[in-house]
Amino acid sequence: MIETLQNLLGVAWTPLWTLVKIVLIVAPLMVGVAYLTYVERKVIGYMQVRIGPNRVGYYGLLQPLADGMKLFFKEIIIPAGSNKFLFVLAPVLCLMPALAAWAVVPFNAELVLANVNAGLLYILAMTSLGVYGVILAGWASNSKYAFLGSLRSAAQIVSYEIAMGFALVCVLMASGSLNLGDIVNGQKGAGLLSWYIIPLFPMFLVYLISGVAETNRAPFDLAEGESEIVAGFHVEYSGMAFALFFLGEYANMILIAFLTAIMFMGGWLSPVTFLPDSIVWLLAKASFVLFLFLWFRATFPRYRYDQLMRLGWKVFIPISLIWVVVVGLWMQTPLWLW
Amino acid sequence: MNVESLVFYVFAALMIFAGLRVITARNPVHSAMFLVLAFCSASGIWMLLEAEFLSITLVLVYVGAVMVLFLFVVMMLDINLDQLREGFWRWFPFGAALALVMVGEMVYVLGNRKTAATEGLVRHAADYSNIKELGRLIYTDYVYPFEIAAVVLLVAMVAAIALTLRRRIGVKSQNPGKQVLVKKADRLRIVPVAAEKSGSDRAA
Repeated sequence: MIETLQNLLGVAWTPLWTLVKIVLIVAPLMVGVAYLTYVERKVIGYMQVRIGPNRVGYYGLLQPLADGMKLFFKEIIIPAGSNKFLFVLAPVLCLMPALAAWAVVPFNAELVLANVNAGLLYILAMTSLGVYGVILAGWASNSKYAFLGSLRSAAQIVSYEIAMGFALVCVLMASGSLNLGDIVNGQKGAGLLSWYIIPLFPMFLVYLISGVAETNRAPFDLAEGESEIVAGFHVEYSGMAFALFFLGEYANMILIAFLTAIMFMGGWLSPVTFLPDSIVWLLAKASFVLFLFLWFRATFPRYRYDQLMRLGWKVFIPISLIWVVVVGLWMQTPLWLW
Repeated sequence: MNVESLVFYVFAALMIFAGLRVITARNPVHSAMFLVLAFCSASGIWMLLEAEFLSITLVLVYVGAVMVLFLFVVMMLDINLDQLREGFWRWFPFGAALALVMVGEMVYVLGNRKTAATEGLVRHAADYSNIKELGRLIYTDYVYPFEIAAVVLLVAMVAAIALTLRRRIGVKSQNPGKQVLVKKADRLRIVPVAAEKSGSDRAA
């Protein structure tokens, strides 16, 4: 059937087919984002001995749709002293890189939108762009609280990106490739034991915690710090513009979860050799990491700003630098089994 | 005109437009954002040249890090535009001369068949890894220039950090190591207090 369509459409085939594939990635992602907010409220609810949303639909399952409807029909208020163009552009810039990064994420050995050699670099570049949305939102709102939030966030994202980059350097040393598909294939063999999480365990922790910091999630959500700066960079936003920031944040969380699963936990590979590899494993691993994100939020109090900077610069960056050297030396010995 | 040259002209036009707006925009934050747009267009053009490493690194380093910090500074400055524009016509001839020299250099390099390597541009197969090739060259043929450049950058970085170091007196700071190692005995003193009369006695 695909071939008939291909002949019918001719030149238009490639762009159309790519478009279909993009929709096939983005649509489930958006549903995932919507239900992640639901799961977050439920999980944190149960952790705090509450029930969580339970009024809209069975077990509150329609809650995300109700929230979406509410935000969609609310008025977008543009503050009088704001810079209108950048004010509207900022939420778009926040969501855009979170979606663009999915282009190189492989779901199994064949399912990937763009199988490029520089996949890992591309991911790093895209995740580093997300900060523009936050900075511009803070500046364009022309509000002190928003501005303070965006300054905090920019400093935080730039600092943690370095540790994150070094963690990825270790992964690319171990796998010898920047292609995400090859990185997963490099972890094939003895099931769970051949995943990079074993030799690179410190880097796994650094990556995961930097990922939490990078997505501005609790306990590193200083950019929003309700008790000090109201809601940080998105304090002046309302309606769908506000919702876009949330979509961006949750899409980024899902992305970090998938990347952690792909780079440290063997992606779609099965943890035991007698079960087949499948996309289900990838989803299960990513869900586990997402659960950790929610768990952190329910468990830890917010970091103070200087503690956050200390953790990034004085703990994570030295650890990751040392581990790059350790992995480099380790790989020269016969003890390197990965 | 094939699709590739169309894409090239779109990126080139965007880049020229963005470059012009960098110097004509009235608001410094707008200028910085147009510079970001120019970098992104340049990255697109490099991608067309199959230089994916350079192209992505441009976005990663310049857009993702340098411009963020730049924007950071520009946003916090209180810039008086009129003061900035004061000397425009006085310095215009100097700027124009500089621009002419640069245009001359570019025409000389790009217009010359020997220096402009457009003839030797080879298409590579899909599995050709630009990064592997670049890494091989950097660490074999060009290892000394590369290492020297790296050391120069490191020295610059150390110098920049050293500039911010100054001894200040009367500054309070925490020592997290000490905080973690603190024992109960260091902070807490249990005082034995004699028991008082019980409540039932008082009621009576």
